[in-house]
Amino acid sequence: MFAVDGVSIRYEQTNVIRNFSFDVDEGEIVSIIGPNGSGKSTLLKAISRRIPYHKGTVKFNEVNLKSMSPKQVARKMCMLSQKNEAPNDMTVIDLVSYGRYPHKRWYEKLNHDDMEIIHWALERTHLTDYQDRTVSSLSGGESQRAWIAMALAQRPKVLLLDEPTTYLDISHQHEVLELVRELNEEMGMTVVMVLHDLNQAALYSDKIGVVQAGQKAMCGSPEQVMTQDMIRQVYCMNAEVRYHKAEKKPRIHLLSTAR
Amino acid sequence: MIKKSRSRTIVLVTFLLSLIVAVIAIGLGSVTVPIPEIFQTMFGSSSTTVNDTIIFDIRLPRVVLAMVIGANIAISGALLQAVMGNPLADPGLTGVTSGAAVCVLVIMLVAPEYTQFIPIAAFVGGLIAATLVYSLAWRRNGISPITIILSGVAVNALCGGVVGYLSIIYSDRLPAAVQWMNGSLAAKGNNALFMVLPYAIVGWILSIFAVRKANIIRMGDQVAANLGENVNRIRIVLSLLAVFLAAVSVAAIGMIGFVGLVVPHMARLLVGSNYKYLLPMSMALGALVLLVADTGGRTIFAPLEIPAGIIMAVIGAPYFLYLMRKGTF
Repeated sequence: MFAVDGVSIRYEQTNVIRNFSFDVDEGEIVSIIGPNGSGKSTLLKAISRRIPYHKGTVKFNEVNLKSMSPKQVARKMCMLSQKNEAPNDMTVIDLVSYGRYPHKRWYEKLNHDDMEIIHWALERTHLTDYQDRTVSSLSGGESQRAWIAMALAQRPKVLLLDEPTTYLDISHQHEVLELVRELNEEMGMTVVMVLHDLNQAALYSDKIGVVQAGQKAMCGSPEQVMTQDMIRQVYCMNAEVRYHKAEKKPRIHLLSTAR
Repeated sequence: MIKKSRSRTIVLVTFLLSLIVAVIAIGLGSVTVPIPEIFQTMFGSSSTTVNDTIIFDIRLPRVVLAMVIGANIAISGALLQAVMGNPLADPGLTGVTSGAAVCVLVIMLVAPEYTQFIPIAAFVGGLIAATLVYSLAWRRNGISPITIILSGVAVNALCGGVVGYLSIIYSDRLPAAVQWMNGSLAAKGNNALFMVLPYAIVGWILSIFAVRKANIIRMGDQVAANLGENVNRIRIVLSLLAVFLAAVSVAAIGMIGFVGLVVPHMARLLVGSNYKYLLPMSMALGALVLLVADTGGRTIFAPLEIPAGIIMAVIGAPYFLYLMRKGTF
């Protein structure tokens, strides 16, 4: 449903991403991993049209994203950054209701249907009890959930998440990733996310793309991608790869640097 | 958290309060007119010609002018704060006011026969100043409070230089210009009021449409873009509106500082940062604050008259320092 084809991104005269292609099928969770500065966040921003790319195309259901208006794009996909800040006095329900803006003309107010979607989004993210609290009073994981709720209220087909777990402690990281999986399994939400943690990527994705120095180093299922060779090549680390008993997903143990 | 019904009440109460203060201000002055007589005069039952003159020719225009200007500058400040994502933005500190003032001065001193173009000149001057500040303060990830203040200082200094130069070259025509420039509402009368009022009303109506966009842009560029908004276009349109409101005020009464900084901040403390309430609150509170400043300036030290601009500077500058000290940005 989502096709990135030969995208190159230039940032102040240097090529950050060179000739990058990958496909995302409907209902997939795709993770993009890679070392710091490899350009993975840049790639995600370019897909969401936040920054321009000078070559290649990004197509959504065979339609070039560049031919769509910003509002049309906003109804199809939603991108969340690693850290979002709401105005201090904004309540959770107010924040979530902003997700309805792309569906409204400038004179239209929120109607009954919108309110239903907003409450549905709150319920999905388990925030119904928190709706009247201010976003700034929530914990890191709760606030990330509130932003995901806002994204849900947009009713996008694709959710783009830029390092959604970076500023969270491990239990909150899993809380957010479990929510992502839940949305994927129960609603068929397609998710593309940039992750740092290899084990999280292995555990939660259907497909993993590896970015190295602006180029696609590898792309495939977690089993195909998570190999000792890949980790040595991309991260310069020796590692051993084991498999979860229940989940059958690869698990990486880092051993030493390999330089 | 601030409840919506409470915010609404506070806005309404402030509007009412400013009306009550307006009636009192009409009564105050070298000749005190008791409140019942004000109503009798205004609504046409028994009145004396003396009261007629005092109220309709002198006090009413002055009171309404103070309220209109106060509302204008406060809305302008609130909009600039949304656009720049920064609570220190205000038409004075960012140089919009002095840019407008320079252009008005040029017309007053160099080409006095074209006084009808003063509002347009003010708008052009404000725009040039705003563009300068933007291009100086813009960094890759937005505008930081520090750079906005620094570029405001630079633009203000530049304008100060031009004003100094003009006042040396045209020293013979200066007194009228100085009287205009120091933000005094004395002796402006109906002329200034009728000049600014149509523009102000247009600006207020446009502000109603600005509420939603201001609300979206205060969430930050990332989120606004994510919601399918063209961030730069919103920024340009809202800035144009803010400059317009500030510039027509400058055209009418010269430079009044700090209203655009202090009032939206006070409004935010009272009704929160939702522009649906913040904008009308700034409007009502701006009208009230400038009215009190002007009325205080002309009554407390009577027969001496202190321009409202000076009163605002005396109150506003310490408040500004207090904000900096508190580190709310």
